[in-house]
Amino acid sequence: MLTFTIRRLVLSIPTLLLISLVIFLLLELAPGDPTAAQPLTIPPEVRERLREALGLGEPLHVRFVKWIVQFFWVEPQVLIDHVFGTTFSEGKQRLISWQTRSPIMDIVVQRMPQTLWVVGLSYVVGVLIALPIGILSAYRQYSIFDQIGTFVSMLGFSVPTFFTGVLLIVIFSVHLGWFPSIYDTTLVVNSWDNFLAQLRQMVMPVFVLALFNAAQISRFMRASMLDNLNQDYVRTARAKGLSERVVVLVHVLRNSMMPVVTVIALGVPQVFGGAIITEQVFKVNGIGQLLITAIQANDLPMVQTLTFIFAVLIVLFNLIADVLYGVLDPRIRYD
Amino acid sequence: MTLKTFLIGAAATTVFAPMAMAERGADGHVGIIYWQAPSILNAYLSNGTKDIESASLVSEPMARFDPTGQLVPFLAETVPTVDNGGVSEDLMSITWKLKEGLLWSDGTPVTSADVLFSAEYCMHPEGGCSQFAKFDGIKDIEVLDELTVKVNFEEPKPYPYTAFMGNQSPIIQKAQFESCMGAKAPECTEANFAPIGTGPFVVTDFRPNDVIQMKANPHYRDPEKPAFATLTFKGGGDAMAAGRAVLETGEFDYAWNLQLSPDVLADMADGGKGKLVSAFGTLVERLEMNLTDPSPDLDPDMRATREAPHPFLTDQAVREALSMAIDRDLLVEIGYGQAGRPTCNLVPGPEIYASDNTGCLTQDIEGAKAMLDEAGWVDSNGDGIRDKDGVELSILFQTSTNAVRQDFQALIKQWWSELGVETELRNIDASVFFGGDPGSPDTFQKFYADVEMYANNFDGTDPQAFLANYRCDKEPQPDNQWQGQNINRYCDPEYDTLIDELSRTAEITKRSELAKKLNDMLTKETFTIVPLVDRGRVSAHANDLGGVRLNTWDSEIWNAADWHRIK
Amino acid sequence: MTEPTSKVIPGSGGATPAGALPDPIPVTPPRSHWRDVWDQFKRHKGALLGGIIFMLIVLAVFLGPFFWSIDAGYIDIRARNQGPSLAHPFGTDQLGRDTMARMMAGGQTSVAVGITAMALALVLGSFVGLIAGYFRKLDGPLMRLTDLFLALPLLPLLLVMVMLFRGALNQAFGPETGIFILIVGAIGLTSWMPTARIVRGDVLALKEREFVLAARSIGTTNTKMIIRHILPNVMSPIMVSATLGIANAIITESALSFLGLGFPPDFPTWGRLLFDAVDYLQQYPERVIWPGVAISLTVLSVNYLGDGLRDALDPRIRGR
Repeated sequence: MLTFTIRRLVLSIPTLLLISLVIFLLLELAPGDPTAAQPLTIPPEVRERLREALGLGEPLHVRFVKWIVQFFWVEPQVLIDHVFGTTFSEGKQRLISWQTRSPIMDIVVQRMPQTLWVVGLSYVVGVLIALPIGILSAYRQYSIFDQIGTFVSMLGFSVPTFFTGVLLIVIFSVHLGWFPSIYDTTLVVNSWDNFLAQLRQMVMPVFVLALFNAAQISRFMRASMLDNLNQDYVRTARAKGLSERVVVLVHVLRNSMMPVVTVIALGVPQVFGGAIITEQVFKVNGIGQLLITAIQANDLPMVQTLTFIFAVLIVLFNLIADVLYGVLDPRIRYD
Repeated sequence: MTLKTFLIGAAATTVFAPMAMAERGADGHVGIIYWQAPSILNAYLSNGTKDIESASLVSEPMARFDPTGQLVPFLAETVPTVDNGGVSEDLMSITWKLKEGLLWSDGTPVTSADVLFSAEYCMHPEGGCSQFAKFDGIKDIEVLDELTVKVNFEEPKPYPYTAFMGNQSPIIQKAQFESCMGAKAPECTEANFAPIGTGPFVVTDFRPNDVIQMKANPHYRDPEKPAFATLTFKGGGDAMAAGRAVLETGEFDYAWNLQLSPDVLADMADGGKGKLVSAFGTLVERLEMNLTDPSPDLDPDMRATREAPHPFLTDQAVREALSMAIDRDLLVEIGYGQAGRPTCNLVPGPEIYASDNTGCLTQDIEGAKAMLDEAGWVDSNGDGIRDKDGVELSILFQTSTNAVRQDFQALIKQWWSELGVETELRNIDASVFFGGDPGSPDTFQKFYADVEMYANNFDGTDPQAFLANYRCDKEPQPDNQWQGQNINRYCDPEYDTLIDELSRTAEITKRSELAKKLNDMLTKETFTIVPLVDRGRVSAHANDLGGVRLNTWDSEIWNAADWHRIK
Repeated sequence: MTEPTSKVIPGSGGATPAGALPDPIPVTPPRSHWRDVWDQFKRHKGALLGGIIFMLIVLAVFLGPFFWSIDAGYIDIRARNQGPSLAHPFGTDQLGRDTMARMMAGGQTSVAVGITAMALALVLGSFVGLIAGYFRKLDGPLMRLTDLFLALPLLPLLLVMVMLFRGALNQAFGPETGIFILIVGAIGLTSWMPTARIVRGDVLALKEREFVLAARSIGTTNTKMIIRHILPNVMSPIMVSATLGIANAIITESALSFLGLGFPPDFPTWGRLLFDAVDYLQQYPERVIWPGVAISLTVLSVNYLGDGLRDALDPRIRGR
């Protein structure tokens, strides 16, 4: 398993380079222009100058190599400098956003807290709700609990978040006044009152996202459990006199985790990617909102960097999922 | 970051404690919400309105336009004119004099060197200044003394109020931006995010594309202002949410540009927490007629260029009939409510430039039918669509994605179908439509459609530069990478002559006459441009926020220094 | 441990299970395989109900317009913003268009797009997943391809697809079919990856199981092995992906319309009706309810249908 992991990690470097090239070319090809949001009154000559100032005059390959160097060489140095107080990166050009003319990584770091608080927490909550629901629904297939669980989770998945979010705001912010409708990213949690305020502003976005995530995961959990509950080894385990609890929660659950592990591993990078619609609805302004505004403004370096970080996480978590397969089912071998 | 904010906040409170006696900062906190989030606070590097308006709280120009479009001095002592000698008789120069005793928010004095520097900063060829056009035609700038600069023009400039004027061209501090000239401009993150200014507020924390926190400027020239000690400027979301936060939940005090359906807005305002304010500027929603043939069968070098005239929109009768079929009152009622009024003018204001053109205001479908019949456009093959010489009146009508625009498209399609004109609708994402990417077939400049709809306005109060966009050589074409504003590919030598005359004329009544004539040539005389709605701006403020004077000629929050809490 | 799944496969009706436990000796003549499936399916109340509701929805949106003659695009401006009435059972929208006609017209598009795009994503995803899981040599390249597709930013990808293909498809198939192909293709090509990953994970585990070894030892070819022994055992995650896929496709379609990638703006779809209605949530809540209920009902009915099908196809459950 160790050699497999190491081999895959080494292999992922060319994969990621290829992915970054494909993303770069895709963004190049996509229609749009960084000066699109400028008032229409700006004359074409000025627009041309703006593009040149952003470095768009340079040929494609030069810009790609520049991006690679800045991402893999300069930015790590900045990180090292930040941690150890060294000065490796001094005077080197960092990755700069076209919209804000400031280092992209600084903005990403600034956005992490709200993204992790809201999107990350909702994912954890979603998984924690989904697993028991999925297990119990399968164990008591066609019981009232199963029917309600199915109904709620299908509803949670088929009603889009742009609607549930607004509905919650209308009920709980406008009519009841319990929760704020605008997320305050500047809130610093340093006292009990602040903590409560933070909790209040997180309730609605976390609920909306958790419902959506839980719906998906619980369906896969249930289906997989159902597949396994009728296997002969379950009969054998019961015949051996193992308690029902051990049979279901140890034997069946372990064998049913494969698709669930895949789904969860696919979802974790999405946490970083943020939840574009939910963030917009609740004005959480996390990474999802950063990405969508960058796409709308055609801020190519920002889009490229965010998507690439996203790609790294996808490759990493799919690798983790593959390793977990081996742990869950020792018969699976890759080499 | 957060610790720093906290410390700054704490420092701010201690600074203000002894001043609690004065008026400044007495009214606590004010919250502003824009549904587009600002990315930078340097107007010269701005990406659009959201950046310029948020920066206007910090940086100020020599003079601004007030809500009536008049010039009011801000940093300047007076507005220079020919009468007071500030503008030379030959229109070759303008002399600006700063108010005495002005201080930057760091306590240092504002001098003429800063004014000169602001111009140099923007005029630097590598800086990528988005307001470059404001400094167009300037030969040089002389510093006469500590407080006075003289701007010399290359040729007579009848309208000299571009540089150092309005929200797009503020004065920035030389000391702060000196090392940020030209190619270095993007490296000065700190200066771009927290410029030192003369405005009522100072940035304490700027989070790009998210939120800005500000406090009152301790060195603001009026010791009693601003009334608010701190200010939060939140960005992001959509117009609906912004309106809700002010009108329904009361979380914020001011919401910008609420482009929402009139009945939804009216219902929200009934909530009782705030009120709507509206004002009109020069923004006109209009139909543009393509005078060239956008057919995909044509060679890419020919398609939508003047070499290929449009098969039926070159017929004035068709353009006029299409305009007559539209009920503009209904469009206003459905789409804009109190924030719109029907118009037949491309230049709807200021008043002296607005033509008395009202011919299009009444819908006349029968008249339009008769006009088409007379011009020979009849349904000869019985398919319900008028045709002539084998050309069917079938229109591809495109616009950007926006709920109101799609409603307008549906309505107009129905009216045109009553005429016997077939319409195919298309909507395009705004960032592509207005993006101007020459590689995309969907930009408004390329105009690969027969009719398109959008809105456009001009800066300040003078329409000369705007009307000059419709000169013969200004049309987008393959040779200029499809750049330019004359998207109809309109070309009339007489129009060009009148534009030249306008650029030499200084006398205001004569200018107004010329501008009206030019406006009429594009609209009621040729129906090249079919104006629909003069779009105002609707914003909302909390009931207890006083001093709001909505301004469409300058930054909307131009007078934030006067805002106060009504008790 | 036995895996008598070979019986499940269409066309393999008479195959004898290679079970370790001896089956009781049949006393009645063997029954047709499909009859068994149908009998089981009939007994699944949820599935039956789901099937009936789904058929009703399909009939309503496709046959409804023959009985309800108001045109979905017709604007009657005097009748705008009306609540439900006899003339307009579902009310009218902000331009006075009849909501019931729009729901039917929208349903045709949404159901068609939902099912086709889901089917495309499912076929692609299952195929990639099966091949990658089964053939070790293809696993690496195919999974890296999946990673690549997962990493591509959706919006720019869609914009590029419109730019490159809209013109060509319009000319080849006419505007409506052209756009339909474009939308289905765009959704299908951008949503097959999770299915592929899930199927592959299950296949990796399945192919080490005893029944696969047994089948291989009697010389089963790879193709037969995949179709007869592997595929039936990964049906349940595929069924779940299918139900989730329909909901996803219907909602994604509405997002596409806003990019100008979707159908023309006067062409209603359920997703678009829902999105447009959210702004009027407080004034006219019924406008949100119609499309919301329609989407949820479709997804729910497909879900129960899928549940029933899966149970009916599973010989271990059948007859329970």
